Parts: sequence; structure tokens; C-alpha cells
Amino acid sequence: MTHALRGSAVIRGVAESELGEVGPHRFPLDLLGEAVAGALADAGIAKSEVDGLFTAVGGRMMSNLDVGEYLGIAPSFTDGTMIGGSSFVSHVHHAALALQAGACKVALIAYGSTQRTDQRRPGRLPYPPELPSYEAAARPVHPVTGYALAAARHMHEFGTTREQLAEVAVAARRWAQLNPKAFKRDPLTVEDVLSARVVATPFTTLDCCLVTDGGGAIVMTRADAYTDRGTAPVYVLGAGEAHSHRSISQMPDLTTTSARESGRRAFEMAGLRPADIDVLELYDAFTINPILFLEDLGFCAKGEGGAFVEGGRIAPGGALPVNTNGGGLSFCHPGMYGIFALIEAVRQLRGDAGERQVAGATTALAHGNGGQLSSQVTAILSSEL
Amino acid sequence: MTAADLVPAEPAPWATFAARRAEGRIPFQHCWSCERAVFYPRVLCPHCGSVELEWRDSAGVGVVYSATYLPARDGGGRHVLLVDLDEGFRVMGSATDDAGAYAIGSRVRGAVDVGNPEAEPRFVFAEEGPR
Ligand SMILES: [Zn+2]
Repeated sequence: MTHALRGSAVIRGVAESELGEVGPHRFPLDLLGEAVAGALADAGIAKSEVDGLFTAVGGRMMSNLDVGEYLGIAPSFTDGTMIGGSSFVSHVHHAALALQAGACKVALIAYGSTQRTDQRRPGRLPYPPELPSYEAAARPVHPVTGYALAAARHMHEFGTTREQLAEVAVAARRWAQLNPKAFKRDPLTVEDVLSARVVATPFTTLDCCLVTDGGGAIVMTRADAYTDRGTAPVYVLGAGEAHSHRSISQMPDLTTTSARESGRRAFEMAGLRPADIDVLELYDAFTINPILFLEDLGFCAKGEGGAFVEGGRIAPGGALPVNTNGGGLSFCHPGMYGIFALIEAVRQLRGDAGERQVAGATTALAHGNGGQLSSQVTAILSSEL
Repeated sequence: MTAADLVPAEPAPWATFAARRAEGRIPFQHCWSCERAVFYPRVLCPHCGSVELEWRDSAGVGVVYSATYLPARDGGGRHVLLVDLDEGFRVMGSATDDAGAYAIGSRVRGAVDVGNPEAEPRFVFAEEGPR
């Protein structure tokens, strides 16, 4: 039986703000606003029509209030779900539910960050305290320590190699070289990744995502509304969420993420299998992430992710296109990347991806990750019902 | 076990944890309902929901579940370990020896380092046997 939510909502507009390093006179909400203006124009929908607001901005206790005020939007439905980088994929799920229930008619998902510029600002923004910590005395460096521990365990259990991790970074860079908006586009080899400075074994600096500024926005409506406007709609066929822990020492098994559950839920709703997916956008905060997610989402067996990415399989020209914009490793990573995975999936399904376009792509999977492999949210999108 | 042994819903798990750790112990809670170890300390059991939790101390012996080494830019560095203690819970800890490797799967023995008044006491582990 077809799931009631399957294909009921569509993404009508997407946009990024200026990305990279935007300078000291702009703040996260400025970039968020730029992206919102772009996404509304793309959708052919006026700001005054937005009545559903979905947002998460790092370090803000009341993101939705800040964002609603800045944009001049007084929503009838508001959702500030904050589960790190996976928040925006979760917002797509929640927006589809709200649209179907009639809680709103036009849903706006929005994000902005000046993480890179913030490093250069005097008197950095105070973040809310997260004490007590039962890990802090061991002096982990968040978030890299947690992901390094997961990678080390994966190597121990399954024989995953240092070179296989590096292949993920190299594939991302090769995609980035086809994307004029990507932050890092210079050539990169496995040897370059291995010989870079070690941050936390087994990772070098080139196993870690970028630190950039950037914003993004997405406009959604019901599939049966606003059919006369904007670009061709992209259907939300399936979505699934799961989270299992916050701190890495509480993660039940460092080699299996709850993407197993989020993926199963999304595929069940969509009525599809991994073999049906043409292009994947997997949140690559670190090189181990796509390996774990390929396994947990069912594209290969547990433990085989390292071998799976070998030989340029996920790079341009490979059998399975993954992170076609260059990902968090080479395109853009302002702290919570999930919205950019969604935007790229939409561009691929519309055939708007230029040189990096995957020919004939009609189904895409966008996967968000949050915390320390803590939160996993999967969305399956298609240009066809 | 008598009723007096049972600790009711602990009002301040962190305070009790910190006080016991400051005495050089590795504290955890035992759930009388499901008989499982609870760490980090809480006011209810995350496994079964019971509030019948009792404080205990670990002997500090366990197995390295995962390990990473963070080199410092000016030389040296430090280990961050996840250790599965024999009492049935996992902690993040440091290593007594910041050279060498701490192999995943190796047996380690831990203690609490309370020596630095400037720093929070930390769990430190050394490999069992000669290094
Ligand atoms: Zn229990």
C-alpha cells in the first residue's frame, strides 16, 4: 500500500547564499536571507505567501524567532528542530507532514552560518554551556575525535584501509573540480591525503570537512498546489529519521549508525530500493561518513564500504555518483551541511547541475548527519511520481 | 540487599559522580531492576526506566574499544581512548603514557588522576603488562 505521505509534497525552490568567506560585516542571518530571497524567486512564490518556517542556526537559542523577525515572516506553523547537520533533512520530513495536514501552505526551510568569518572576529560568540560532560576530562576535540574513534574501530573490525578513506576525499575533490562554486578545486591525490598533517589518527586534515561560511534555503508546497508557478517540482517520495546518542562514548556500536533505521524508513515510504537511486548526497563531515552511510543505507554490506569506494567508484565517471557538488570535504561546510545535500539533489533532478550533471538522474537520496554520528535523516527525492 | 542500600532518584548525579571521582574512584550506577550498569550517571536507568540506582565503583580494568592519537602541533600529543570496563560500561579516558600505541582490543587498567589541581580529574589507562 502506498504511504500517504509519498509524493504529497514537493520542493519548488532552492538556493544558496554567497559561500566561502564572506567578510566581517555579514552575519549568519544575512546569508540565510540571501538564500531565502533566491529560493523564493526560484519557486516563483512571494515571501508574503510563506506560512511555515523551519530553521536551525548554530548558537541561537531561538532560531525561529530570530529568523522570522529578520525575514518579516509571522508563520502559522513553526519548527525549530535542532539535530545538528541533519536538521534540514528533518525539516523536509516535518514540512511534508505539516503541508499534508494543512498546518501550512508554503514551507520555508532556511539556514545561514559565518563559521569561517567567526574565527577571525574578536570576542567570539558565546555558545550555550553544555556542562556537565563525562568526556571533557579526556580532552577530546569535538567533533573530530568522535569520528576518528569510529574510523579507527571500522579499520579494526573490517580491515578498512587508510587509502580507502583517502579515496572518499579524492572523489569529492574530483566532483568539486566540476563545480565552479566549490571552495577547494585544486588537484588532490590519495598520497596528498595520507601525507597531510595528522589531526587525530587515522585522520589527516584532508579527511576533515572544510570550514566555510554559507547559507541555504528550500521552498516546499503540496504537490497539488501552486502548479502554475516556478520550476518543475521535485517530489519528496520518502523520509526517515533516527537518532541514537549525543556523545560518542554513548554510541552503542561505533561502526553502525542509525542511518540503518532512517534509510529503511525512507525507502519503505518511497517504495524504492537502493538500486533504484541514481545519485547520492551523503553528509561527509569526515571521510569515514560516506563509507558508513553506504553500508547502513544498503548500498553495500556492513564492513564493505571501504572496498566499495575504491577505484573511483563514487567519483565522476564511477558506477555510483556520490556527493556530486564536492560535498562538505571540498564544496562548502559552514557547520551544518545537510541543506546543501538537499539543494544538490534537487539540482541534479532538475538537470541544472552543469558539468557535474549525472545524465538522466530521476531519483536522488539526500542524507543528513548530526552531532557525532548521532542523528541520521534520509530523504528520497524524484522528478517523477 | 535492604531498602537502606537503595538510592532513590539521585538529585544530583553529577555532584555525586564528581565527589567520588575526586576521591580517586571510577564511579558508576548499578540498576537493581535490570541488573545493568549505568554510565554516565543519571536519575533513571536508560535501559529500563527504573529509578532504583545504586552507586558502585569500577575496578578500572577493561578493554580498549577504540583509540585515537591527537598529535600536538609543537610535538608530543595525547591519546583519547574509549574503554569497555569489565563492569559493563564504556568511558572516555586518557592514557598514562602519551607515547606508543594503544591497540584496540588490548587489556588496560585505569585509575583516576587527581594530581593536577588546575584540571578536572581524569580517567587514565595503561596497558596491562610490560610496555
Ligand atoms: Zn535498568
